[in-house]
Amino acid sequence: MSIEIKVPPLPESVSDATLVAWHKNVGESVSRDENLVDLETDKVVLEVPAPASGTISKIVVENGTTVEAGDVLAILEEGEISIEAPVAASIAPAEKTAAPARKESSGPIKTSPAVRRLLDEHDLDATMVTGTGKDGRVTKSDVMSFLKTDDSANVTPGDQQPVANESVEVGLDRTEQRVPMTRLRARIAERLVDAQQSAAMLTTFNEVDLTEVMSLRKKYRESFEKKHGVRLGFMSFFAKAVVEALKLYPVVNASVENTDIIYHNYFDIGIAVSSERGLMVPVIRDVDQMSFADFELALNDVASRAQAGTISMDDLTGGTFTITNGGIFGSMMSTPILNQPQSAILGMHAIQQRPMVVDGDIVARPMMYLALTYDHRIIDGKEAVQFLVSIKDQLEDPARLLLQV
Amino acid sequence: MSKTFDVVVIGAGPAGYVAAIRAAQHGKTVACIDEWKNKNGKNAFGGTCLNAGCIPSKALLESSELFHRAQHEFKKHGIKTGEVELDLATMQKRRASIVRQLTGGIAGLLKANKIEGLIGHGKLLAGKQVEFTPVDGSVEVIDAKNVILASGSSPIEIGIAPFDDDKIVDSWGALEFDAVPKRLGVVGAGVIGLELGSVWSRLGAEVTILEAMDDFLFMADRDIAKVAAKEYRQQGIDIKLGAKVSAAKAGKKGVAVSYDDKDGSQSIEVDKLVVAVGRKPHTDNLFSDDAGIHLDDRGFIIVDDECRTRVKGVYAVGDCVRGPMLAHKGSEEGVMAADLIAGEVAEVNYGVIPSVIYTAPEIAWVGKTEAEVKESGRAYKVGSFPFAASGRAKAMEQTAGMVKIISSKDDDEILGVHIAGPMAGELISEAVLAMEFSASTEDIQRTIHAHPSLAEAIHEASLAVDNKALNFPNK
Repeated sequence: MSIEIKVPPLPESVSDATLVAWHKNVGESVSRDENLVDLETDKVVLEVPAPASGTISKIVVENGTTVEAGDVLAILEEGEISIEAPVAASIAPAEKTAAPARKESSGPIKTSPAVRRLLDEHDLDATMVTGTGKDGRVTKSDVMSFLKTDDSANVTPGDQQPVANESVEVGLDRTEQRVPMTRLRARIAERLVDAQQSAAMLTTFNEVDLTEVMSLRKKYRESFEKKHGVRLGFMSFFAKAVVEALKLYPVVNASVENTDIIYHNYFDIGIAVSSERGLMVPVIRDVDQMSFADFELALNDVASRAQAGTISMDDLTGGTFTITNGGIFGSMMSTPILNQPQSAILGMHAIQQRPMVVDGDIVARPMMYLALTYDHRIIDGKEAVQFLVSIKDQLEDPARLLLQV
Repeated sequence: MSKTFDVVVIGAGPAGYVAAIRAAQHGKTVACIDEWKNKNGKNAFGGTCLNAGCIPSKALLESSELFHRAQHEFKKHGIKTGEVELDLATMQKRRASIVRQLTGGIAGLLKANKIEGLIGHGKLLAGKQVEFTPVDGSVEVIDAKNVILASGSSPIEIGIAPFDDDKIVDSWGALEFDAVPKRLGVVGAGVIGLELGSVWSRLGAEVTILEAMDDFLFMADRDIAKVAAKEYRQQGIDIKLGAKVSAAKAGKKGVAVSYDDKDGSQSIEVDKLVVAVGRKPHTDNLFSDDAGIHLDDRGFIIVDDECRTRVKGVYAVGDCVRGPMLAHKGSEEGVMAADLIAGEVAEVNYGVIPSVIYTAPEIAWVGKTEAEVKESGRAYKVGSFPFAASGRAKAMEQTAGMVKIISSKDDDEILGVHIAGPMAGELISEAVLAMEFSASTEDIQRTIHAHPSLAEAIHEASLAVDNKALNFPNK
């Protein structure tokens, strides 16, 4: 029986995905649940597992194609035996070189005469070029723009061409490299510009003395870890302080939709984490219901999944407020950009021993600057400043966190 | 109990009947409603295209072309004929017979695809119900899961020259003259006006075409329009540009036509006047007020790129929606709508639709004109090749015209192909296919074209784009 392999349902906010890489070729046998193909969306890479064991009989959508939920990607013939051996190495002249193929293909790609000539001339393989023609075919224009952006193709001279002149130029290494943004990067760019353009963003600063938080951590570090199996980090203090402050100033937890303000009676906090693929903001839900340990466990979980690239779409959607910590990279002060449709974002920074005046004496204290960027359309300066002061007060006297005062 | 269909198509022109067939191929139950009535009072499928447009006009163009050539070109070939005589009645009978065969063919196709052909008026109601008023019988309401509106278009009538079905006629009327008018006036030098003007000019009429615009064939490439204007005038067609008709009065003998041009008020006397100033979408009584269908300010049914109206499951295709009023555009939209209904992925590439004018020389083009490319700001290169340098065209004694190709300077992509010359309407398909596949000029250069053939002119024009033409000096 043949089964259509389809793009799985995409979440509401995601309209389409790009097919990044096939892991299987036509004719290859697969076992059930084996990953067949990677789809990159604005937010995550989705894997499409084989629904049954069998053989791939047809690949419908090639690498680089934009797909929507429900699109047929390939046809799988159910059964254990492979119909025919995988496509053997092609004898096409363009493929005889050792040029690294960046994309897996489902066999030799048929190309037009001009494309064949260009590929031959530059010792390229059609599989290396993303096709924009009908049904993803590679056009002459595609190869030309590939040659423009790809150093290795430019530097590699054709078989018969003299190399002397080129090598001099190459030695200067004044080449440029044009790389298309990944979808994640492009989406980040789009959302940041959107925020810049649509919100009335303003940033207020304060600083917090973390002496008490540090001593609490020092005192209970071992027992906390022993009991809960997770380190007691700074982030849980900040998250809990943020939630208490949000309760006092609900508008900071709200979002704008046209001319309405939507107040959220729950506290889903996004924590910005960096991953190899770019910035991600996994959301930890109902933080007000969580203990410090619950929060640290949840944070560890999403952070590690973000790093591994296995984070799910649900982990990245929603959120009523965001915390970003530039301090882990050494930032002293910054003005974060809103994670829309949220209306505020807290920026944490590096902790530094600085001379402070305490009770008339100058003493060294572990200090951190706090930044709160807020949407001035709905949050007044007074509320924003008081919100930040409330966080500062709780962190400088963590007993307040316990007593909720 | 009312009937239910998966798909009800209103209109059996080239958009509607094609949509119905494709929907049936997808296993849907389909009804196709049509109310076209010919001048003999008989109903027929096929819409304007088959009954009153593309097909009958091509039949007459072919006949009149042969008549013209027998009169004027046979001598050159060394063929003596004596006096060539016109038998218009037979010519018209042949035209009618072709139309009858083809419209009958559609009835057969509908039947073969198990489509219920319903003759009468269809009207979309709210909730995807269709009110069907048969030619004879009582009104019934049909339930449809999907509806495709393909109601077509009709000739625009102008107040100053209303149709009287005798001396002042529309394009359909001009196909059915039973005698060659001595003097024929045509309002509008568009595709229809030029084709009809050519037919009657070849058959002996003195043809004057009045065109309100100053530019001849404004939608075509300027180089092509120039060649065409020269050839038409040489054939004896008097094309007056910038001539705005101000009045037309049908008298006992003929029609007095007044118009204004740059020299002031003018008038001509003709025996028949064809008004071919364009066509308007035909949506009379096509849907009820609460059906949810909206028209734009020009009367077209509002649809998205995939021909969806604002009502889920209701599509509109062909001349009654935006885009060029061309049968092949309508057919492709019909196929797309049926495929979308079946849950398949489908699209129409509106950037690559060929246009053809079946005059002599034929005019055909696809993609952008040089002026459009220039305006887009894209750097471009141009190559052209005259049919005068083509062996096949010479052998055919049809050397007027040329092939012109416009390509992107940066990446060699073909942006537009324009042909004036013999069989241009056939030759253009190569260019359409190439552009559909985003081909470069080099792709055509590297494709072998048979010798001797007219298609070689396309090959040579592609070479000329890079100054590599072999059979013509490069500039």
